[in-house]
Amino acid sequence: MAKHRGRGVASVNYPIGMNLGGDPSQALVHATPTGKFVVALSSIDLGQGMKSVTRQLAAETLGVPIEDVFVDTADSDTGPHCMGSFASRGTHRAGNAVIAAAKEAKEVLLEVAAEELEVDPKDLELDGRGKVQVKGAPSRAISVREVAQRAHFKRGRSISGRGMFLVPPSDVDPETGEMNPVTTYAHACMVAEVEVDDETGEVTVLSLKAAYEIGRALNVKLVEQQLVGGAWMGISHALYETAEPYYPDRAHGPTDFNEYLMPGPGDMCPVEIEILERPALDGPYGAKGIGEMCATPPIPAIANAIFDAVGVRMTEMPFTPEKILRALDAKRGR
Amino acid sequence: MRAVRLELNGVEVAAVAEGGETLLTLLRERLGDTSPKAGCLQGTCGACTVLLDGEPVLACLTLAELADGRRVTTVRGLADGPRLHPLQEAFMDGFAAQCGFCTPGMLVAAKALLDRDPNPTREQVIEAISGNVCRCTGYTPIVDAILEAARRMAGRRG
Amino acid sequence: MRIRKELFADERDDDLRLVGQPVRRQDIEGHVTGRTAFFDDHSVAGLLHLRCVRSTQHHARIRSIDTSAAERTPGVRRILRWADLPKKAHNILTIFDFGIDDEPALADGKVRYKGEPIVAILAESRRAADEAVAKVRVDYEPLPAVFDVEEALKPGAPLVNEYIGRNWFRYWGDYDCQQIRFGDVEAALRSADLVVSGRYQMSPIEHAPLETQGCIVVPAEDGRFTVYTCTQGLFFSLDNTAAQLKIESNRLHFVGGTVGGGFGGKVDTVVEPLAVLAAMLTGRPVRYVFSRAEEMQVSSPRGAERIYIEDGVMRDGRIVARKITHYHDAGAYSRLSTYGTIKSAAHHPGPYTIPNVWVDSWCVFTNRTPSSAMRGFGVTGGDFALESHMDVVARAIGMDPMELRIKNAYRDGDMKAHRKLTQGAALVECVQVAAELARWPLSEEARRDSSRVGGGGERARIPPTPTARTRAPGSTGTGARVEPARLGTGFAASEPRRGTTPLPGWTGGAGFPSSRPEPPRREAERREPPPEPPRPSTGGHGAIRFSSVFGSRRR
Repeated sequence: MAKHRGRGVASVNYPIGMNLGGDPSQALVHATPTGKFVVALSSIDLGQGMKSVTRQLAAETLGVPIEDVFVDTADSDTGPHCMGSFASRGTHRAGNAVIAAAKEAKEVLLEVAAEELEVDPKDLELDGRGKVQVKGAPSRAISVREVAQRAHFKRGRSISGRGMFLVPPSDVDPETGEMNPVTTYAHACMVAEVEVDDETGEVTVLSLKAAYEIGRALNVKLVEQQLVGGAWMGISHALYETAEPYYPDRAHGPTDFNEYLMPGPGDMCPVEIEILERPALDGPYGAKGIGEMCATPPIPAIANAIFDAVGVRMTEMPFTPEKILRALDAKRGR
Repeated sequence: MRAVRLELNGVEVAAVAEGGETLLTLLRERLGDTSPKAGCLQGTCGACTVLLDGEPVLACLTLAELADGRRVTTVRGLADGPRLHPLQEAFMDGFAAQCGFCTPGMLVAAKALLDRDPNPTREQVIEAISGNVCRCTGYTPIVDAILEAARRMAGRRG
Repeated sequence: MRIRKELFADERDDDLRLVGQPVRRQDIEGHVTGRTAFFDDHSVAGLLHLRCVRSTQHHARIRSIDTSAAERTPGVRRILRWADLPKKAHNILTIFDFGIDDEPALADGKVRYKGEPIVAILAESRRAADEAVAKVRVDYEPLPAVFDVEEALKPGAPLVNEYIGRNWFRYWGDYDCQQIRFGDVEAALRSADLVVSGRYQMSPIEHAPLETQGCIVVPAEDGRFTVYTCTQGLFFSLDNTAAQLKIESNRLHFVGGTVGGGFGGKVDTVVEPLAVLAAMLTGRPVRYVFSRAEEMQVSSPRGAERIYIEDGVMRDGRIVARKITHYHDAGAYSRLSTYGTIKSAAHHPGPYTIPNVWVDSWCVFTNRTPSSAMRGFGVTGGDFALESHMDVVARAIGMDPMELRIKNAYRDGDMKAHRKLTQGAALVECVQVAAELARWPLSEEARRDSSRVGGGGERARIPPTPTARTRAPGSTGTGARVEPARLGTGFAASEPRRGTTPLPGWTGGAGFPSSRPEPPRREAERREPPPEPPRPSTGGHGAIRFSSVFGSRRR
């Protein structure tokens, strides 16, 4: 009776957005009379950071400070249509819509500023700190606040923009399955290290080490949130979770957090991650989506590590002590 | 029906509770403090954790009348006016919340720990929040943030 | 966490100001101060609470429902039944003209899974509603049930869902499963050095968000209904609610966007239609929130998937054939499983270039809680199977598992099994970086490899592919020939819709002793479209195309 260590690997890709496309998102951006910006969406923040990432994208594209932008979502009377927050689509689809809307609003902003400064809009840029300035001559400048005030009260211009992003729907050939599922994929490879107690059947995940290729990390901390939280969920799926412990038998379904097992704060292992960025051709600043794929690779990586440790193949989730002990018994010929 | 008087986050308040009503219902529906969350109403998730005379309790399993004449602290009582509690600051800086539903209970449980032991070990932090379920973060950022808050508070005292 | 900026640097401008920065979350201050308002944090006076009586049976005909004691319970204001539903059965994808309306919001005289809602009680307090729920007596006539996907496909298995008419979803008019056919898999398996087989089973997994799903509906001053909701798709749920209640969509005003965890479990739109209907019928604000137990056992889980893989492998590590049979356990109703099944087929054979691929992906109905989307829908189960199987293959041929992955990894320019060229591949690099992190030794060749080299050419070819249509055991197909639909011409590819025709053999609503008159409706009753007659094919064999799930609407 002993504890055995093992390592396992899994490498995956993940499709970004709804399968077969056809899942639009829209955004509206407008300036207040004093040069602050509101992004109106109907996209959903489930905790993944939808409000935050779209705010960052709008501020980047507009060229204004992050504090000057707030995202308002979701109200069906004010926010334009978004298919929803699922299928790792939010950043990619809504992000592109926000960029498009911000670009359109910025165009008006620059046009009004150009009229005020009596220059060509093409010669203007935003300094990211609240000013519109002439490229190469930053002393010729006007504040965004002033531009907005003049646009509103003097020139009758609405500094606003509309954004829409749609991956066109794809055909499916029913015979061959020919189709265009998505336009871009994220990638990952993970190594799990586990310790298996061959007396209790208990598996302890010692570490997860992974590389994630996500197009572009729009906010490194939001990325880390997803990847660490997702790693936890992957461990949880692999070792603990089931709504039907004796599937396909319906009996003994858990009804609360005492019976529905998940790892606690003391069960979490170190997670070491490195990020790769191969920009998606149609991603917002190249970004893909990471909200879902992060929970996947731990499952096979842990299964493979268990085999590496004790030589039993876990083919049914979750890999409970009972299943491991039964497999060990079978292997020993009991 | 019974009148319950309590001190909620430093303010004297009173409400009439029905027989068998929980402290969670009293807080959320009668006193307007919706910060404790109803995640399970079974005492298994910790999202409704509040302090009763400084001790963490699950508001969903605590009878409203038990709060009569006592001090109740929710996450809304952590800040000192506009000044946030170091735990709140550390959670913000450390990205220790995603959906935010477990956060109020988590912060209250952490406050109870730091009030008791201002310099906890990682294991003590884990123990203190082991009754609070988080489905998003993987816990690591939460544990790190609580330890960071303890460090910052020690720094201010020192 | 470190970003490896040196990789793919030539494809990227790193001159951005805010993008990439660890900017604090916009919502974080609300989260840590308890000011963030979730749907249930909206204070509404005069709420009615909605709770459902749920089936204790896996599969049963309902002989009768006795609500008399429940009606006498103090505080009870109204009981909703199937007869009260404006639309008798619904599926959340039929608003896009995909699939079949196969699920009644309240039991239609039968229950098809344990936990299915039968009647809804509206009371002045949650406690009164729960008390009344416990007093409803349902007389069931139990029916044989089926729980296993492969059992469900056998001839003679109990029929789970009469609206569907068989225990599997039939795709594109006459396909019993979603197929991928690429190359000659059987020939490649015959000529491979080794055939490696495996069976993998995922468990049903609950999303278990901390916030259970629910909504609060408030009749508004403009004759509309404001719905505070935790849905993951605001307009998706709004449009589905309007469709189910047969009202114009602009009578609904949905407010949400701040959700206490979702993970895919808050897409199904199961609470809003009943709650809005209740508010319409009573004129009162209504709150319908799942209990934790309902969230765990009644809300859709991640569906259990069963995956069989057969790989043809050469001694040098090349995988030359991959044959997959993938069963999705949809439970009793389709919800989103019909979509997830196609998505899983699209995901195979994983991020590898394999010259011969066969996939049959089945959407199968059983007498369990309907499953639906969860984080990684159509992918997680497949990746568990594929990546476990890669390990089995590596061990079978005595090859390092990382080397095996790099050897078979797709590269830019490679043809995928669904006949689209690979671009933007980065699997090789991920394996290399993970190997570095884990100090996993790789050969010099593997360390130097790249997703950007070695692809295309012969690997971009679409191989000759014999046609082979898979049938369910005993299935003869419809014999229907389906019109080839072009993109944008609307969806003509799912089987003819059955609308809400009462099921054969019984008149829906049997067992309901009385029902109150239907509410007056402003809109003219919209007639269900008649089933589309099959139309002759004009496309050549093997070249029939169908529009996607979300093609424009058929008028």
